[in-house]
Amino acid sequence: MGAIREAVNRVRSFLGNPERDAELDAEMAAHLELAIEENMQRGMTQQEARRQALIRFGGVEQAKEKHREARGLMTLDILLQDLKYTFRTLGRERGFTAVAVLILALGIGANIAVFSVVNTLLLRPLPFADAGQLVWIAPPPQKCGLSCATYSTDAYDQFRTHTHSFQDVTGYFAFSGTDNLSLSLGGAPIPATSIDVIANFFQVLGVQPAMGRAFTADDARDGAAPVVLLADAWWRRQFGADPAIVGKAFDMNGKQTTVIGVLPKSFDFGAAFSPGVKIDAITPLDLYGPPRDWGNIITMIGRLKPGVSLVQAQGDSKAASQTMCWNFKYPKSCGDYKDHVVPVPLKDYVGGKLRRSLVVLWCAVGAILLIACVNLSNLMLARATARSKEFAMRGALGASRGRIVRQLLTESLVLSGAGAVLGLGLAGILVAWLAHQGAIALPLLTTLHIDGAALGWTVLIAVFAAVFFGLLPGLKISGGNLQEALKDCGTGTSQSRRHERLRAVLVVTEVAMACVLLVGAGLLLRSFMKVLDVDLGFQPDRAAAVKVDYDDTASARDPRGEMVAARRASILQPILTRVSAIPGVQAAGFVDYLPLGQNRAWGMPVPKGRNRDEFKDATGPLVYVISPGYVHAMGTRLRGRDFTWADGPKSEQVVLINEGMAHFFWPNDNAVGKILSNGDQDLRVVGVVGDVHEESVEGAAGWQIYYPMTQAGPNGAELVVRTTLEPASLAGSVMAALRELNPKQTAAEFRPIKALVSHAVSPRRFFMLLVGAFAVLGLLLASLGIYGVISYSVTQRTQEIGIRMALGSTQRQVQLIVLGNALRLVVVGIAVGTLGSLLIARAIASLLYGTTPTDPATFACMVLLLGTVALVAGYLPARRASRINPMVALRNN
Amino acid sequence: MPDSKLDLLQGTLDIMVLQTLATMGAQHGYGIARRIEQVSGDEVLLNQGTIYASLVRLQQRGWISATWGTSDNNRKAKYYSITKSGRKQLAKDAAHWHRLSSVVDRVLAMPAEGEV
Repeated sequence: MGAIREAVNRVRSFLGNPERDAELDAEMAAHLELAIEENMQRGMTQQEARRQALIRFGGVEQAKEKHREARGLMTLDILLQDLKYTFRTLGRERGFTAVAVLILALGIGANIAVFSVVNTLLLRPLPFADAGQLVWIAPPPQKCGLSCATYSTDAYDQFRTHTHSFQDVTGYFAFSGTDNLSLSLGGAPIPATSIDVIANFFQVLGVQPAMGRAFTADDARDGAAPVVLLADAWWRRQFGADPAIVGKAFDMNGKQTTVIGVLPKSFDFGAAFSPGVKIDAITPLDLYGPPRDWGNIITMIGRLKPGVSLVQAQGDSKAASQTMCWNFKYPKSCGDYKDHVVPVPLKDYVGGKLRRSLVVLWCAVGAILLIACVNLSNLMLARATARSKEFAMRGALGASRGRIVRQLLTESLVLSGAGAVLGLGLAGILVAWLAHQGAIALPLLTTLHIDGAALGWTVLIAVFAAVFFGLLPGLKISGGNLQEALKDCGTGTSQSRRHERLRAVLVVTEVAMACVLLVGAGLLLRSFMKVLDVDLGFQPDRAAAVKVDYDDTASARDPRGEMVAARRASILQPILTRVSAIPGVQAAGFVDYLPLGQNRAWGMPVPKGRNRDEFKDATGPLVYVISPGYVHAMGTRLRGRDFTWADGPKSEQVVLINEGMAHFFWPNDNAVGKILSNGDQDLRVVGVVGDVHEESVEGAAGWQIYYPMTQAGPNGAELVVRTTLEPASLAGSVMAALRELNPKQTAAEFRPIKALVSHAVSPRRFFMLLVGAFAVLGLLLASLGIYGVISYSVTQRTQEIGIRMALGSTQRQVQLIVLGNALRLVVVGIAVGTLGSLLIARAIASLLYGTTPTDPATFACMVLLLGTVALVAGYLPARRASRINPMVALRNN
Repeated sequence: MPDSKLDLLQGTLDIMVLQTLATMGAQHGYGIARRIEQVSGDEVLLNQGTIYASLVRLQQRGWISATWGTSDNNRKAKYYSITKSGRKQLAKDAAHWHRLSSVVDRVLAMPAEGEV
């Protein structure tokens, strides 16, 4: 009971401190009066009586302090005192406060922003219900693109029924291109991007539509009424967030399609499965219709049963894969997927590739925070040295060492708190900006936001920073000898020498860390430049592509596709003729899949007359269906001849192959004119084209085979034009020609080919830019540190410099002395930093491209840059030192 | 460390203050301090000021109460008196103290090895 009552009373008296103090004063005054009176009665003089009373009473202030301690909340009292004092001192030193808060805000802000990215991509579960149960089911990586990473509908059905580890398995059609949906609301059709998913897709992912319903099996039946689910963003943009949209029907791809629901804002298909592409609508995949015979088209996603481990699921899948068939019509295809069905956590598939880059990024911001802290530690130390007399005085008046450290810690906490608040603001801006960079091909980027975890992280690093940069100077100062500090005039005595050494160590640390950051950023920059220099096999400059929708369906029966092909030619040829005639257009052609985008393979053609079994281990080339002129429009090298419109449905089957493939089959011979066989058809190679980087800029080019659009069925068509002027300037005339000749033409975007490349390298550019920005920040902070230390030492040595100059030192000599000091710090820092860089560079070797981790040019450049900036930072105080007027310096202390 | 010594003193001072109030009735701070000095035969050399920390502590625990009053020679002073729970606490503390001191006495009176 007593304890509770005491606690309540303590809080009460803490709140009523002033009154309690007044009462105590009155009580103590009464005490003394009573004592004096009694002493006087014993015959003392009034003066003596008073003296004796005070002696017996003891220290009045100590007694009061003890009284306060006994009655109130001393800790809180002291905190309030310290805070009040801190605000007063910081308010007086506005310059210091502003610099400190700014440095901290930059360091902490960068950390929060990067933490948010790391949290979104690596730490946080995916935005699906029980996301830990979701697995991505795919074969191990192979060279033949998407066709080797997907499954046929028969295989999907088999997998679903033959495995027991999964609650359910779903998937989506992996080959949808962008702008594959055209919405007609009257006027020019509006292009949009939709994706076909298996009907149970949303049930498996655990996503509920925000409005309406998800797909049912009936929606995916062959011949079912067309339905669509809208993405939140498209519903807002295109349909004005119409709250009554569910049930309305629109003309999509020429069919009245009913909107059955709107997906929640938190669900972004592109963010999770196709980074950098926005998906506007989701449609059900007709599993039992035509897709039955389309081969490998499905990307599988499964949900594990509760309690089933990944290893169990992998074993289960391996067992099921032994008998999975590519197509039941071809019994020989059963077993095609043997050991090629491997579930991995969906999270690893989405963010796994970025793990190393993100860790590097995290380390980079960690280094920035450390540099910022070291910098502040230095600033605090300089201040503390200047205040050492104040602390000594307080010590002499009875403040304990702990009390002084506490005061300094309070100051650093206030500073880092302010820095954290400002940093949170900066990070908020950066994160909001990043979340709107839809063009960066990083998964989940659009879902980026500052959440509770990020706030927690902020508090953590703010406290860490405060302790880190506040404690060291605090201990250093309060550990000093009182007497020495009181005597110390700040020039040349041991105390300040010791501080100077500590400050030198701090600056060396800073320079070393900045050096590591710069070298790391330099290596990434050089890799990025190497990536931009890669010969892609096509010329991205001055070329653009636009999606062309056309209708080539034939009315009559057409088993070999000849009528369709003829009709296609009759639509596309006039378009090419017309577009080629536009002034400024050098070449034009059609292709179904642009490089660095989607792709597919159709199996392995082999030279006629050779045994297929010889090439069992080789993977089939990627297939592109093109029109005459495409190769020139892309700027790809060509040996032999291009396709012509005369290569029609009834003439000889012709193909183009790339150099890699030609060299593989005919290493010592000219491939042009040779014949390939794909089993039931002969294909004459009429030309050999350059190796095109079809899947990634950085990866090696694989094999490609090109078929003419008049002999094979393309999957859509992209018109590529090569221009003499900037492509954008021709967008108007090209679009006008398309609209005039093609009634189905949508208002599709006129996309520069350069944008494809820049999209493909966007993750690398993203990381390179961030690390680069952090390196520049580190460089600035480190040079600020050098500047601070050198100019502080100049201030401290004003007298010495004055004497030197009075004795005849020239300005130049003084400058050299000061600069020499700076140079020593920088050289040691760079030496340590270079060693550190060598270690770090090895760790990031896998992120580099065409650059060795010990690239001498990068090291030399970065060391030179750091050295130059550091010397400039040292030169400014040196110049000030040389301008010191000896008379003034000697007169002042 | 001076802190630990102070703790021991605090406890003793508290019990002396309680006992003084229990025997003398309401008394002001100076009176209590003087009384303790007198009773102890001036053996306890006490900084009289420290008594106020003890008083506020006892008051907050509810063992003593305080009111402002006037002294014999017409001075305003704060008078403290022991409460019911204060008396209980005093009895408890006194018993504890007696036990402790008798144990310490016995230990100190222990004959050296071999003397028996």
